[in-house]
Amino acid sequence: MITKRIIPCLDVKDGKVVKGTHFVSLRDMGDPVALAKYYSENGADELIFLDISATNEGRRTIVDIVQETAKNVFVPFTVGGGVRTIDDMTRLLQAGADKVGVNSAAVEQPELIREASLRFGSQCIVIAIDAKWMPDGSWHVMVHGGKKDTGMNAVEWAKTAERLGAGEILLTSVDTDGVKTGFDLPLSKAVTDAVAIPVIASGGAGAPEHFAEVFTETDVSAALAASIFHEKTFTIEQVKKVCRQQGVMIRES
Amino acid sequence: MIGIVDYGMGNVASLSNALRFLGYEPVVTDQSDVLGRASHIILPGVGSFKAAVDEMDQRGLRSVLKALVQEKPLLGICLGMQLLFTTGTEGGISKGLDILPGTVEKLPTHLCLPHIGWNPLDVVQDDAAFRPFQGKAVYFVHSYGVNTNAEYIVATAEYGLPVPAIVRKGKVFGMQFHPEKSGPVGLAMLKIFLGNEAKA
Repeated sequence: MITKRIIPCLDVKDGKVVKGTHFVSLRDMGDPVALAKYYSENGADELIFLDISATNEGRRTIVDIVQETAKNVFVPFTVGGGVRTIDDMTRLLQAGADKVGVNSAAVEQPELIREASLRFGSQCIVIAIDAKWMPDGSWHVMVHGGKKDTGMNAVEWAKTAERLGAGEILLTSVDTDGVKTGFDLPLSKAVTDAVAIPVIASGGAGAPEHFAEVFTETDVSAALAASIFHEKTFTIEQVKKVCRQQGVMIRES
Repeated sequence: MIGIVDYGMGNVASLSNALRFLGYEPVVTDQSDVLGRASHIILPGVGSFKAAVDEMDQRGLRSVLKALVQEKPLLGICLGMQLLFTTGTEGGISKGLDILPGTVEKLPTHLCLPHIGWNPLDVVQDDAAFRPFQGKAVYFVHSYGVNTNAEYIVATAEYGLPVPAIVRKGKVFGMQFHPEKSGPVGLAMLKIFLGNEAKA
């Protein structure tokens, strides 16, 4: 059976990894390629680069990073952040990315999902959803780094994305992100119950037990974290060990 | 030099990168003379079976590959493995290379397709080279699978049914998963293939 995936996320700004400051063994601590290679050799089942550059110059560097990463990393990797057009996707996939992540561009223009999945295949298209629990008793899709409420129902949006051809949902809980008290279980459950495509849970990982919990309590296919890996609070293998002890199917590397 | 067969389908950059990383020199080509100089031939592929055979026929690759396989080790990856078989059903019935006997059909699984992700191998044959990979997970992305004689199936992966993952007949190898995306395990399996010598 398919194993559950543990995915470190690298936030890249103007060609440098931000957040990753505790890697004393790496010559250049901010080097995304070195960090990606390190993770791929130490248990990561997949990698996600999130480009948070604010300028065009900054964004252009991500293509070079993808190209270099592809020469050194032999596990699948996804690139997201600022992906707005078919041309953006073509550039990243040709540079060696296995999948592209699309967030606000898909919210503004849902047909982009259909066009992209027909062109590149559904397996390449990851739709990123930032969701926040609202006083009306539902999760809303948030954009602009989780700050702006679109008013859209996040669970319905996940279903629409699947229908349009998305291959996977990267589901970030704005409520648990950065809090380190565990993944958002109700949100993860609501979305995995609504769609048949794989869902990646993101936001809230603070301990290996949180991964085991989201895998045993919900049907997510993967769980993503950034700071607990970058800050070396826990290694991927430590997380995997705890998951295995809880009976979760995890890849031996 | 390793010849990667170019028939215009799919991205071969990852495969070239993996071969270079292992210290080999890959050449992506559809020219029979170049493939003739290669020590090993790899048939990659992402896409539909019918489109792939049409493209190969247009480039005259069918007879070239059938001749090359007589003397050189050949590895088919993903769709490239499926093309080694007799008949395909994706995109309409079409003739494969018929280097191995069998058909390629949509996986009759109750689980969702495509079959994507890391899935552990069950080495079902006593193949000395692949025995150490028992239980090791590799990365799959596919919806179709091969039906062939048990004697050619070296390893399977469980996905509602045992999906043929590695096939082998002498120096002809097929891997349904992507060794170039399967981390150190995948690279080690590429090395097993590359360790096979061409016929003198």
